[in-house]
Amino acid sequence: MSLLHWAVLAPFIMAVFVPVLRKKAALIHTGWFVLILPIVLFGTFLQYLPVTMNNNTVMQTAPWIPSLGIDFTVYMDGLSLLFALLITGIGALVVLYSIYYLSKTKESLHHFYVYLLMFMGAMLGVVLSDNVITLYMFWEFTSISSFLLIAYWYDRDRSRYGALKSMLVTVFGGLIMLGGFLVLSIMGNTFSIRELAARAPELNEHPLFLLAMILVLLGAFTKSAQFPFYIWLPDAMEAPTPVSAYLHSATMVKAGIYLVARFSPIFAFSGYWFWIVGAVGLFTMVWASFNAVKQTDLKSILAFSTVSQLGLIMSLLGIGAASLHFETLDDNIFTAAVIAAVFHLINHATFKGSLFMVVGIIDHETGTRDIRKLGGLMSFMPITFTLSVIGAFSMAGLPPFNGFLSKEMFFLSMVQLIELNLFNIETWAILFPVLAWVGSVFTFIYSMIIVFNVFTGKFQPEKIEKKPQEAPIGMLISPIVLASLVVVFGLFPNLLSYSLIQPAAAAIVPSIIPAGEQLDVHISFWHGITAELLMTIGVIAAGILLFKFMPKWGRVYDHFPGKVTLNQFYNSGLYAAERGSNAITNAYMTGFIRSYLVYIFTFFIAALGFTMWAKDAFRYDASAAAPIGLYEVCLIVVLLAATLTILMAKSRLTSIISLGAVGYTVSLFFVIFRAPDLALTQLVIETVSTALFLLCFYHLPKLSRHEEKRRFQAGNAIIAAGVGVIVTLLGISAHSSKFFPSINEYYVENTYEKAGGENMVNVILVDFRGFDTLFEISVLSVAALGIYGLIKLRLEKGGETNENE
Amino acid sequence: MEILMCIVAGLLFAAAVYLMLSKSLLRIIIGTGLLSHGTHLMLLTMGGLKAGAVPVLGEHAATYTDPIPQALILTAIVISFGVTAVFLVIAYRAYQELGTDNMEQMRGMDTDD
Repeated sequence: MSLLHWAVLAPFIMAVFVPVLRKKAALIHTGWFVLILPIVLFGTFLQYLPVTMNNNTVMQTAPWIPSLGIDFTVYMDGLSLLFALLITGIGALVVLYSIYYLSKTKESLHHFYVYLLMFMGAMLGVVLSDNVITLYMFWEFTSISSFLLIAYWYDRDRSRYGALKSMLVTVFGGLIMLGGFLVLSIMGNTFSIRELAARAPELNEHPLFLLAMILVLLGAFTKSAQFPFYIWLPDAMEAPTPVSAYLHSATMVKAGIYLVARFSPIFAFSGYWFWIVGAVGLFTMVWASFNAVKQTDLKSILAFSTVSQLGLIMSLLGIGAASLHFETLDDNIFTAAVIAAVFHLINHATFKGSLFMVVGIIDHETGTRDIRKLGGLMSFMPITFTLSVIGAFSMAGLPPFNGFLSKEMFFLSMVQLIELNLFNIETWAILFPVLAWVGSVFTFIYSMIIVFNVFTGKFQPEKIEKKPQEAPIGMLISPIVLASLVVVFGLFPNLLSYSLIQPAAAAIVPSIIPAGEQLDVHISFWHGITAELLMTIGVIAAGILLFKFMPKWGRVYDHFPGKVTLNQFYNSGLYAAERGSNAITNAYMTGFIRSYLVYIFTFFIAALGFTMWAKDAFRYDASAAAPIGLYEVCLIVVLLAATLTILMAKSRLTSIISLGAVGYTVSLFFVIFRAPDLALTQLVIETVSTALFLLCFYHLPKLSRHEEKRRFQAGNAIIAAGVGVIVTLLGISAHSSKFFPSINEYYVENTYEKAGGENMVNVILVDFRGFDTLFEISVLSVAALGIYGLIKLRLEKGGETNENE
Repeated sequence: MEILMCIVAGLLFAAAVYLMLSKSLLRIIIGTGLLSHGTHLMLLTMGGLKAGAVPVLGEHAATYTDPIPQALILTAIVISFGVTAVFLVIAYRAYQELGTDNMEQMRGMDTDD
């Protein structure tokens, strides 16, 4: 166990102590204690910065299940470090924010912080694990803790609905991803991602390669809310705002991005990867930004905007994969796509985190998040307004904020797709920049809505519950820090380029760096009048126009039928699955014992009949059979007559007596077939049984003394005949194919020699095989006790036993 | 003889199954009784019929009937008797408590789920 191991486990350990702290130090907000941990962890991870900057990595292993090759291996490279810093850094800010956001007295804080710490540890585990099984374990931990956090206010219906939905979608993806991991590890014969990546060209030839890729991608797409799995994210907005800021903008939804980036060295050799990741990402981006514009709830806008931005990053990762195919190109623009992805990942975490916090403040101070009720808050909340302007303008891609830079790089990558004859897409390639541009226009519009519909316009005091005022300073610290980062990264992007972006990009596409050299990551603010700058200007112009005339064209959204949304599909799918399985179960679980017997007997007939037919198992060989005697034939006639009487009997008494007749005939068979002990026992027992039957018959309640002639049921007769035929065939086949002589010689010889008895059956029962008899006695005793209990013990309705009845 | 006894046992099985599929509880119990008779006869048949003397050494015969199936059947008879007895008492108690022996009426309600 190394320092990194403890860093991953620390939040889990801390979580154990949170309830104690909550109880013992009730006067201080529990969050203050929790806050220490992410700060310490952030500092710890910062120490690895020099290591990864020189393109070195750290790998440490602690054995977990060594016999299966499953170890808790932590692996720190540029990509892991970037994510670890995001998780702990934004984690610290979110904890700080939540201290002011959540009331100390009204909320069950220990639950909140336990879940949050669990999540933090799980997320660190995801990004630091090198073993796919460990990675999967932490992955599911994030799903579970996210589920708990979304349903934090569990007394609200919508919280539970959102939590369940996110659970179903992400666990569905997680399980599929596990399948992908297993296929991968079978292909590569190792669980280690690093070793798998080393064998990537060899794996690429494997027939299961595409299957593994699609399975892993499905896991990544569900977690990162890509189309069509994004539906859980807008409903997860029922969570407390710090949770939305942390999980659903900065960390958990980026787990899928991390996964795609981490597995790029393995899968990106395939052209499918480029297509699937790139196209799904881009389509998600356009679709979600289009849908974000029509939302009226601030958090819903932000949720859709998160989906859209994640799609943007995803598409850049997909395009970046093409760098592996064209590394000979002088102008390696696809490397630029990967750099843009990493850069935008950082930018998105900063501005989206601050925007969520801003929305939380608005909600906290006014009591609503509905943009139709808000307006004119600028003069009441100047700081919040400033923060939202920085965040939203950065999201829209306006200078001088960091979003501008990454959006430019995004456009650059898209535009240059056209210039290359990639995978014969010369005709379709034009779609990429066009879609990217359209998505950006909508991004611009909803970013403006967040700022201007809330802070400018008419103030509507009658619609909001509280009198708005500026938030307490403690609540503002975190968004201020994030917004400052937005500005700093915007003005001095090269702060990041060699420290974080270059090592991360190197981890995603390891082959692009020539040995001993550094990747040239230089993000220039002004790079001349280029196609991408013109596109940005176009976005701004079109965005402003569309935003101004929003009421005119906004009705477009009304024409989209509400019934064919993906949510509707999910809901009705779930409903249909429930209804369907219920219907299927009700169809065969009838509650009638007859139905179940029919299933059992039918299966018996089918299984044995089929096996006999398929294996050609039927034999007929009467040569070893004994001759048929007259007595036996007479007995058989009596037996069958009695049986027939039972079947045809109109009254129960007749059938009971006939059953007795069958029993006595059977004992006569025992006499004829030289089994005196059997005959004796059978006689006695048949007598007692018949007496019991008669007793039962006598006690029939008068009410239902219906001695009806049973309805003849053809189905019953067919099944009965089938069972009879199968049993007969089995018996004949078994008799006709005897392979070994009986072991009875031993008993015949030794009954007197060793056991000192003459009656072989009795000696077998009490001497050679006495254990059978012992337990047969137990069976009788248990039966007797059971009968006694059934008759004597009555549990009355009051719950007391009454033994006198 | 063995082939004939196999057919007899098969007929007993068929009758037993037919009874077990009926509505009346008492008939189901009668069906299980017939089923055990069929099984016992089948067991005996499989051991071979009329192959020798009664399996008692005092007979001083050259060959004896196989004693093993007989021991097995004896055990089976006793156990099936015990089970039948319990079954009958349960049926009797069911009559008392529920007032019916019609299997169509004895079923869980949807509210019991």
